[in-house]
Amino acid sequence: MLAPAAGPRDRRALRIGIGGPVGGGKTALVAALCRALRDELSLVVVTNDIYTTEDADFLRRHGVLPDERIRAVRTGCCPHTAIRDDITANLDAVEELTARHDPDLVLVESGGDNLTATFSYGLVDAQIFVLDVAGGDKVPRKGGPGVTRSDLLVINKTDLATLVGADLDVMRRDAEAVRESRPTVLISLRDQPDATPIVAWVRSLLRSASRQ
Amino acid sequence: MTPGSLLLADSRLPTGGHAHSGGVEAAVARGLLRDEADLALFLAGRLRGTGPVVAAVAAAGCLLAADPTVEWARWDGAVNARIPSAALREASRSQGAALLRTARRVWPSAALDGLWATGRRSHHPLVLGAVVTAAGDGPGVAALLALHHLLGGACSAAVRLLGLDPITVSAVQARMSQSVELAVLAATQIAGEAVTRQDTRLLPSTSTPLPEVLAELHARTEVTLFAS
Repeated sequence: MLAPAAGPRDRRALRIGIGGPVGGGKTALVAALCRALRDELSLVVVTNDIYTTEDADFLRRHGVLPDERIRAVRTGCCPHTAIRDDITANLDAVEELTARHDPDLVLVESGGDNLTATFSYGLVDAQIFVLDVAGGDKVPRKGGPGVTRSDLLVINKTDLATLVGADLDVMRRDAEAVRESRPTVLISLRDQPDATPIVAWVRSLLRSASRQ
Repeated sequence: MTPGSLLLADSRLPTGGHAHSGGVEAAVARGLLRDEADLALFLAGRLRGTGPVVAAVAAAGCLLAADPTVEWARWDGAVNARIPSAALREASRSQGAALLRTARRVWPSAALDGLWATGRRSHHPLVLGAVVTAAGDGPGVAALLALHHLLGGACSAAVRLLGLDPITVSAVQARMSQSVELAVLAATQIAGEAVTRQDTRLLPSTSTPLPEVLAELHARTEVTLFAS
């Protein structure tokens, strides 16, 4: 648990990036994290939709955070550019939300992109890469920086494995083979909307951030 | 050109420009820009419409940054008055803020700190001019960079949105070199006079209604890929 804020702090809020291909469950994960943490932390979210403010609107519709804590950033057809090569628009959004809300935690959700799209550590302190089982059980073996280098790999929609003929053991084994000791979580966010293991991972980051 | 100016011409320098189409997306969405020939006309219009303003303001910003007592707010207000569309004013200010954020870390200098200390998000071409001074170059290069980004941003957006042949598009931009050089000369001369006389009224105030109207429509459109 973080100590309550006593006026503006000079420490930087923990920033977590959430990336991965289209339809994997990034927005569902952001919603789950907001629901789990909003009562104990000051939380803000930046979304990077490819086309519209769809993801920001989803979060607003589901009432997971007040409107003023969510900002949508447009990325000019290049979601990977906005989180990696030219992070300025996202930095601007993060800093504006930070100045207004003095958050403990900032979530930056990338627009859906490919397996090579990872966040610059100039924008975030840690990143979660979200895959889904329906994308095929070969994806972890294909690797790419999202799979190999992310701080947490989430393989979502495990409930669909039997329907799409995906072997979860293969996915776990292939992921662990390329991720050194970085953690991987297999989950169905539909069956487990509280995202318990991922929330626990975020809490552990918050604890180490508050110790520094 | 200095190595620093080349960095400023390079789209790899992170300044947020990739998310702006320079009005191309709004024109494409309404069927006003469909191919390379349309793009050439569009660019010619931009060069004659907003081109003189951004080039002269960039050159002026470059000259002003050498003066530690410069009244940035007055010059920024003069730029503001030359952009009728609120959406375009916001696009200019947000890109100016992004450039200044990056440039202060890349080229630490008193001039950029002074601009930052105004506490306002200054317009992009004014910031660009000050950054060119910090990067060790002069007003002609500032005007050239302003026009390079005005045209280049539109070109890359057209390639992304329409799948135009990027080689043809590069050729379209290259064919404008002579017009760009003439525009740079004119802008540099006007900016020199305006700064010497400390008279913002001497800055060009050319504009064309269509891009301004399209920018307003774009800002009200739900499905857009680019911020402007």
